[in-house]
Amino acid sequence: MERVPILKIGGVLLVSIQIDLQDQSVLALQEDLAEKISATGAHGVVIDISAVEIVDSFIGRMFATIASISRLFDADTVVVGMRPAVAITLVELGLTLGGVRTALDLERGMKILGQLGRQRRGVLAHPGEFARDA
Amino acid sequence: MPPRSEGPEEVPISADDDVVRVRQLVRTYAQQTKLSLVDQTKLVTAASELARNTLIYGGGGFARVEEVSDGRRAGVRASFHDEGPGIPDLTLALADGWSSGSGLGLGLSGARRLVDQFDLDTEVGRGTVVTVVKWKR
Repeated sequence: MERVPILKIGGVLLVSIQIDLQDQSVLALQEDLAEKISATGAHGVVIDISAVEIVDSFIGRMFATIASISRLFDADTVVVGMRPAVAITLVELGLTLGGVRTALDLERGMKILGQLGRQRRGVLAHPGEFARDA
Repeated sequence: MPPRSEGPEEVPISADDDVVRVRQLVRTYAQQTKLSLVDQTKLVTAASELARNTLIYGGGGFARVEEVSDGRRAGVRASFHDEGPGIPDLTLALADGWSSGSGLGLGLSGARRLVDQFDLDTEVGRGTVVTVVKWKR
């Protein structure tokens, strides 16, 4: 079984999926990420799927699971780089990925995580200012 | 890409990574038949769902992939064979959101929406064959 590497850039964990995912690799990635978020205290996770040719219900569910797990560690997840054909297929399959944050590309995904991170720190530093900033 | 093949090709489905092999074989045929990129993606995604069903619910089996023609257009046919328990209630199995396992219940119903033809032949205690076709537009 191939494992997907997880890179750390500042407070963000970057997962770029470059292999044809088998189900065991998907499950391993979920576990590895939970470990890594917990160990590093990362505030964000970016999953880059620009090289992923198909997302079926199992892989799609992984995004939702990772987003839920990272939320438990107070981290946000953004899925970036979805191919148009994959998006069309996912919707037709019936998987809308509600609750999973997405961005067009890695750059925008990192920007979103940066904003969310700042908001979060703002809330901690000045409770009450959150509503105005948001 | 492997050399163009004439007849049907079969892949056993007995482990997790066989599902990946089925996806790759179906993609090769879809490209060979010059399906559009969206149609290739839909067919490969459907094949992935069905191959996983064969493995998990059917206890394993095999997939057969071939190029077909109805005289006017070319297409790709993929069938998934198992000798598992069969599906007792087809209406239920094809309903969105219903699952006998731990899945999302989108496998069969979702795969059906992604292809042009969908046939399901099942007998309780004997097994299941699901056949799908995607035609070139």
